[in-house]
Amino acid sequence: MALLSVNDINVYYGAIHAIKGVSFEVNEGEIVTLIGANGAGKSTTLKTISGLLRSRTGDITFQDQSITGIPAHKLITRGLAQVPEGRAIFLQMTVEENLEMGAYTRPNSEIEAGLKNVYEHFPRLEERKKQIAGTLSGGEQQMLAMGRALMSAPKLLMMDEPSMGLAPILVDEIFEIIKTLHKAGTTILLVEQNAQMALSVADRGYVLETGRIVTSGTGEELLKDESVKKAYLGG
Amino acid sequence: MSFLNNLINGIGLGSVYAIIALGYTMVYGIAKMLNFAHGDVIMVGAYVCFFASSTYGLHPLVGVLLAMAVCTVLGVVIERLAYKPLRQAPSLAVLITAIGMSYFLQNAAQLLWTPNPKVFPAFFTLANPDGTSRTGVDLFGGQLTVRFTTIVNLLVCIVIMVLLTWFTGNTKMGKAMRACSENKDAARLMGIDVNFTISITFAIGSALAAIAGVLFLSSYQTLVPTTGSMPGIKAFTAAVFGGIGSIPGAFLGGVLLGVIEIMAGAYISTQLANAIVFAVLIITLLVRPAGLLGKQVREKV
Repeated sequence: MALLSVNDINVYYGAIHAIKGVSFEVNEGEIVTLIGANGAGKSTTLKTISGLLRSRTGDITFQDQSITGIPAHKLITRGLAQVPEGRAIFLQMTVEENLEMGAYTRPNSEIEAGLKNVYEHFPRLEERKKQIAGTLSGGEQQMLAMGRALMSAPKLLMMDEPSMGLAPILVDEIFEIIKTLHKAGTTILLVEQNAQMALSVADRGYVLETGRIVTSGTGEELLKDESVKKAYLGG
Repeated sequence: MSFLNNLINGIGLGSVYAIIALGYTMVYGIAKMLNFAHGDVIMVGAYVCFFASSTYGLHPLVGVLLAMAVCTVLGVVIERLAYKPLRQAPSLAVLITAIGMSYFLQNAAQLLWTPNPKVFPAFFTLANPDGTSRTGVDLFGGQLTVRFTTIVNLLVCIVIMVLLTWFTGNTKMGKAMRACSENKDAARLMGIDVNFTISITFAIGSALAAIAGVLFLSSYQTLVPTTGSMPGIKAFTAAVFGGIGSIPGAFLGGVLLGVIEIMAGAYISTQLANAIVFAVLIITLLVRPAGLLGKQVREKV
């Protein structure tokens, strides 16, 4: 059964038609990835789902309820959390304050348990909990952005290019964590330019080109697909 | 001794600038706009307190609370009607709107309360045994006079500073404000209602403006519809001087500005005092563009 279902959405930036009739689904327990080049509309799609952007036509449903047009700050209580593009952590706040912000809509009594859960996944964040987030390394900032999103105990975790700007060894580490989160039962929608990594962890994938979905399939199928190989996997 | 006298008076005046500057700096920090109508909210607060105490004979403290209530509502309404529709507009449009709002408030005040000056009561006096009243304490055989307003200004300013620092550092709402000031979209994704947070910021800033209005007018007792504009501009200068967006910066900037203004008036030239104040601002910004306590945090990519 589909947890998230995106049906024929069209998104515009002024006169620019950025998303042209995109439809896809994420089922409970899956890792689904949207891959594509810079400017293909991956981040725009995520921002539309999370309510930061509006689709002009089409519908988005989450747990069989339409969430089209609901403002971003009301979606998190329904179980939708996002690790935003470029991480967007609060640089002048401490690590722990960033995590508290992730649990903004939860009652104070649940914050302690949330922090414990995040620190289990990211022990390094616990070591640095009093540190100002702006002083963390790029990899640690990515972990903080992921931890912050987990603080809302989401049913669906959406990640916008978690590998961006990270050294290969850190990319491996981040993807290991994604696999662990998935095993622990989190459904994940992953947007990536690093198609190789994304497809290797994903159950299913969609390829986005200039605002349209051009191919879809299981992660394995797409890894073997000639056109995908040529365009996104370096031959 | 006269130096010490001037220093103390400067700190007293600067404390009021600091309270106004806090309103500028909080609104700038969160809404990223310069609310040039902030100074005129001070004037409205002063009028409310004036009428409450002089016309209706209420206790000055009740007058202050009434002024705070009226200004809080006024601040929130100004934001909703004038600034909120411009959330996506270029900052120049917002700036012009704020200046327009400032003139609107001044003219509305002229219409409602006439341009005739009102004499604001001196609140901070003590009764002498012989029936007269004192406005300050004399120390060292009358060589040093500390006015009560100076003491009250400084105390109120420190209390406000401490409360605001605690609020932004320790409460959920305060932290949400800091989150909004850094990244509004990220704050939205956390479930923070950004519009509501901006309203709260305007409410706090305007309530502080009411307090500042009453304190300012207790020292400079002439109340006219344009009363708020000069302290408003000075406080804006103080906020930039200290580092706009920073709460301790507003305090430091405000107090320094008050001291510089009084000192320049006493030792250089009364006529040039304001010019010197702004010259200090220009020099500071040339050396430290982010202000004294403003910091530039570099983003890692």
